[in-house]
Amino acid sequence: MSQTDLVEIVIHGRGGQGSVTAANLLVSAALKDGNKGLQAFPIFGAERRGAPVRAFARISENEIHLRSEIYSPDIVIVQDESIMDLVDVLKGLKDDGKILINTRKSPKDFPFSKKYNVATVDATSIALKYDITVGGIPVVNTPILGAVPKILSKVTLPSIQKTVMEKWKGTAGEKNVKATQEAFDTVEVDT
Amino acid sequence: MKKYKVITSLSYPQEGAMGKTGSWRVFRPVLDVSKCVKCLRCWIFCPEGSIKRNKDNSVEINYDYCKGCGVCSNVCKVKAITMDREAKKE
Amino acid sequence: MTIMIDTGNYIAAKAAVMARPQVVAAYPITPQTTLVEGIANYVANGEYKGEYICVESEHSAMAACIGASETGSRTFTATSSHGLLLMHEMLHWASLARLPIVMCNINRVIGPGWNIWTDENDSIAQRDTGWIQFYCSSNQEIFDTIIQSFKIAEHEKIVLPVMINYNAFILSHTSMPADIPTQKEIDDFLPPFKPHWKLDVNNPVTHGNIIGTAYYEHIRKGMQDAQDHAKKIIKDVAKEWERQFGRHHGDLIEYYHCDDAEYILISTGAIGAESKAAINNLRKEGIKIGLARLRVFRPFPEEEIRKLAKQSELIVIDRNISIGSNGAFYNEIKSALYGVSDTKVTGFIAGLGGKDVPYHDIETMCKKAIKSKKVNNSQIWFGFDGGE
Repeated sequence: MSQTDLVEIVIHGRGGQGSVTAANLLVSAALKDGNKGLQAFPIFGAERRGAPVRAFARISENEIHLRSEIYSPDIVIVQDESIMDLVDVLKGLKDDGKILINTRKSPKDFPFSKKYNVATVDATSIALKYDITVGGIPVVNTPILGAVPKILSKVTLPSIQKTVMEKWKGTAGEKNVKATQEAFDTVEVDT
Repeated sequence: MKKYKVITSLSYPQEGAMGKTGSWRVFRPVLDVSKCVKCLRCWIFCPEGSIKRNKDNSVEINYDYCKGCGVCSNVCKVKAITMDREAKKE
Repeated sequence: MTIMIDTGNYIAAKAAVMARPQVVAAYPITPQTTLVEGIANYVANGEYKGEYICVESEHSAMAACIGASETGSRTFTATSSHGLLLMHEMLHWASLARLPIVMCNINRVIGPGWNIWTDENDSIAQRDTGWIQFYCSSNQEIFDTIIQSFKIAEHEKIVLPVMINYNAFILSHTSMPADIPTQKEIDDFLPPFKPHWKLDVNNPVTHGNIIGTAYYEHIRKGMQDAQDHAKKIIKDVAKEWERQFGRHHGDLIEYYHCDDAEYILISTGAIGAESKAAINNLRKEGIKIGLARLRVFRPFPEEEIRKLAKQSELIVIDRNISIGSNGAFYNEIKSALYGVSDTKVTGFIAGLGGKDVPYHDIETMCKKAIKSKKVNNSQIWFGFDGGE
């Protein structure tokens, strides 16, 4: 590790679920909270709808020199629970690492909650509740971001909401802001 | 299969080089055999070779590799293939 | 100034438009596509008011830029990999005609086998075209270098085209923050282009006519002199930028912990940035090592390399290879030292085909080079086939 305050985040999802957008929104929010070192990037390659994909984010108070992939994240975000049958989302996660999962279950329902700090939020239901859908499919990337400030102090909910309003103006923005608020209020964090 | 010794960018045919791409599917093609007229349009148009042609020209869908693109359903003249939402695993 | 968080390509598009080129001609190719898409967005929203020409190939893109530049227009384009290779003939044309065209090249692997990830073989293959070549390592550096490049290219002592290279995906598709100056600040730094020659009906000239052997030599020598001048002018422009905007990414080279270094690592682009993390870790272990990140490959910073060799052993990482010889940087560094220094130069080939080169691999390479007492005359393929 080259800088002590660096936080490395891996977002797992499926192609088309907006994992890269989530990473971009997250670092834009982190900028508002005074972080200067920021990176958001996709797994490099052809985008394939439905295929398991990863997006990456790095957040630090200082300039980041790293340009390589993230191999041992501090935080893992799982946008689609079904990915966990296909991909080892815990791969490389640091011993004191945190994992945020979009699920109806509670942290205790995951056997690895004994080792890692697990947080759960039902982002799919939140997306449906606020009608955040594309072609009838719930879009969970902004709702799940609302839960992130509960596990990462470098980013605050107001910054996430401001960023969301900049990206989607008007009612679309407002729906997304409400969804982030609900995710923030309902996320279950295993302590 | 013949393998060449020269090191260059040759790919040899093999089933499922990218793994079981069926896991990418959001919509699942479901064939109603009673409607099928064995015209083989789905077999011709499937971009992934995921439709198997039997000796009697009946067809089967290989769900291990079908990505659920819906081309087969679209080209079927008798609407024997419907696209159903993939059941969520709980 | 405002901070923009975006990908290298979108930040490059912003810089290109803020430089106010009268003409942009480009053809899309992965991973450059979002750059020209970015410029198209600025056309759509009215921010870019110049001529945006969609052409049918990269060869045509450069031909259109040449035509535009010959009439006295400031001109920009962008490409990558096979697109750059298709331009090859026109690249010579642009530099021999002394046209200060500015181009971004997103360093991407050459096929077959088909691969859209990064290495430097595309631009290294254009080494002898007479273009000035920059290699960037961050989105901020991409922005700053594009603006600076117009000033360098159009300088009366240079009048040569400039190619700004940066890594496919690692920079082109990674969002990072960049300070964007105001349009007025950019305009003050980069006044409108005053052409040094142009096709003008009021002052008729023909260009590209047949010329004899003796005069042709003058054309080549003129280009060589211009590249020599560029060594100083690139430094001056970087200093002027620093005075105005407070940022300095290095000039021909960026130095990082070089002052007391017994060993100096030389690398470029994204590996150059990642190398800083490796240097920090190696320094913590008590190894006196520094980094010289090569920003400019043409003109080649020979004097600077000789200075570094006086105090330190050199370690070179090439993300390119001249098949049948060595990596381009390794070869040219050794050539610069001929007759001046016997210092040990250890070379590695790494990251071809876009293979990730993380800081711990760079640390391993450095340690390997430091440990080895024998002088190798060829490079080590680091991590080849899973080995070290």
